[in-house]
Amino acid sequence: MTEPVLSVKNLTTHFFTRAGVVKAVDGVSFDLAKGEIMGLVGESGSGKTVTGFSMLGLVDAPGRIVKGSVRLNGTELTTLSDNELRSRRGREISMIFQDPISTLNPMLTIGQQMKLAIDAHESVSVRASATRAADLLTKVGISSAKARLRAYPHEFSGGMRQRVAIAIALLHRPAVIVADEPTTALDVSIQAQILFQMRDLARETGTAMIWISHDLAVVSSLASRLAVMYAGRIVEEGRTATLLRDPRHPYTAGLIASLPAAGKPGTPLNQIPGTTPSLLSLPPGCPFAPRCGRFTLRCEAEPKMTLQDSRGWRCFHPVGRLADAPV
Amino acid sequence: MSNFLHINNISHIFGPDLTTGERIAAKLGAKVETRSVHAVSDVTLSVRKGETLGLVGESGCGKSTLGRVIAGILLPTTGKIAIDGGPVMKNSHKVTTRVQTVFQDPFASLDPRMKVGDIVSEGPIAHRLTTKHEARKYVARWFERVGLDPIWVDRYPHQFSGGQRQRIAIARALAMQPDVLICDEPVASLDVSIQAQIINLFLELSRDLELTCVFISHDLSVVQHVSDRVAVMYLGRIVELGPVAQVFCKPAHPYTAALFGSVPKLVLDADELVQFDSIEGEVPSPLSPPSGCYYHPRCPLATALCRTSQPVSKKVSNLRDVACHHYKKQLADAG
Repeated sequence: MTEPVLSVKNLTTHFFTRAGVVKAVDGVSFDLAKGEIMGLVGESGSGKTVTGFSMLGLVDAPGRIVKGSVRLNGTELTTLSDNELRSRRGREISMIFQDPISTLNPMLTIGQQMKLAIDAHESVSVRASATRAADLLTKVGISSAKARLRAYPHEFSGGMRQRVAIAIALLHRPAVIVADEPTTALDVSIQAQILFQMRDLARETGTAMIWISHDLAVVSSLASRLAVMYAGRIVEEGRTATLLRDPRHPYTAGLIASLPAAGKPGTPLNQIPGTTPSLLSLPPGCPFAPRCGRFTLRCEAEPKMTLQDSRGWRCFHPVGRLADAPV
Repeated sequence: MSNFLHINNISHIFGPDLTTGERIAAKLGAKVETRSVHAVSDVTLSVRKGETLGLVGESGCGKSTLGRVIAGILLPTTGKIAIDGGPVMKNSHKVTTRVQTVFQDPFASLDPRMKVGDIVSEGPIAHRLTTKHEARKYVARWFERVGLDPIWVDRYPHQFSGGQRQRIAIARALAMQPDVLICDEPVASLDVSIQAQIINLFLELSRDLELTCVFISHDLSVVQHVSDRVAVMYLGRIVELGPVAQVFCKPAHPYTAALFGSVPKLVLDADELVQFDSIEGEVPSPLSPPSGCYYHPRCPLATALCRTSQPVSKKVSNLRDVACHHYKKQLADAG
């Protein structure tokens, strides 16, 4: 395998709140190859967004990266100063946020905002930057892009604003884009358009992407590899097709089975009992154990990642075809 | 079974409340905002007793407004709603407790300063379904029914998780012993693993209590799972209506087909390049809807007829209605 573009090792981000230490991300590791799209799936509070923020150094106090490393093209990001990090953010790694309403500045035209993003890393003439911005807007599916550069964000619909945000993220052709639920706030018909375009753009520009989402269906149609997060940890990862067809971790299996599409209409759905644990007072051992049907005394210790055939899971009692194989 | 909930020619128009001065100014040609949004136009539906009707559409299509009109929260601009022959509204006041609502966001729909027991018992006490004296027992019964521990009645909403709050909201609605339940995106704000719990609760309760339900959601797979019939809305109009299985398998309206086609499905073979049939363009502004069929600017089957004439609802079969000039072609294309 070629050298990964992004390599995250044992990333641990904690929030030091008055109520105690919230272990939002607890030992997350993965590699991302050039041009690869990886899906990061989990429920709210599973730490998927904080993982994304940590990679770009966007975690604010009281949060802090406690340990671990994030290497982008061989450069360690976690030890960089704010200024060095800023010179890379947007140029080598960029982010698309969930809410397109609040990510654009309402006081500036689209053209001005895109020019600011270009000027942050390059010195380009006004005319050249306008052409570049218009080209990208066309690429993300905005018609009459030249004229649109003079428009303000409020003149755009939610889907159009998200397209602008995507165009801004692509301006410097970064090696990695972290997309944090970029289509969650959009309608299905618009979501399909954007997913389609993102996949093509990633292929065209060779940009690797981390697609953070709670929606398995969305991620599965986009990402070639999936990582499932639970309580700040990656509990299972592998190729999308293998992982969905033959999940190992009981949580992944439960998630897939609880989707309405999986059941016959009108019949009760498979449900995972209980709720996601509070990260403030996580008991020792496997964090999923209290909700797990396969729980045994062994689960009181925390399982390590079991690696096998380019996939991995953190469970002593994995489900699926190889359930009886030694762990 | 006979029809239970009747929705007759309902329209709801949101317009600016003009003062007399503004109205005169507008007459004299001053620039006063007088445009209005036809959130719901001319919807006629009937739901049988014990049936669950799914209402789907993109945001801004008027599905929530229609839900609120049925629930008697909004007064329709024209048209009438009747439950079992009795009116829901009289002289712009709600006159029945037989219809109750479960809202989307359980963080906004529960008063943070009230104990959850009081939230559930407030309505039943006011309408003499129980007495102040008996309220605790009454609430406890409903708490058990929705899977909450009755000892929690003295807690406040912030002490509960999203899924538990939605259970409280369901208990509040059911404690009024309604015949009709309007569910406005009840699972949209919940996590996937909690969604399944609430959907199961809904299925169980609607069956046991013989509730007639209107289930509003933008999530097609949820609607497919819980509903008997489904109505698809686009810009305030119902474009297609019919039994879930038929509408989902063989849509008669091009919009329904495109909407279902654009939903990402769980793809088990990611080696294949998944093709989305995404709908071109966006939903037009309801402030200035297009002429003729509202869907024609995005429709692959649109002809000159569609640009000029608004299609009326036609019967495709005994149970199915569709508002499209070219539904026969759509059905034929689907094979």
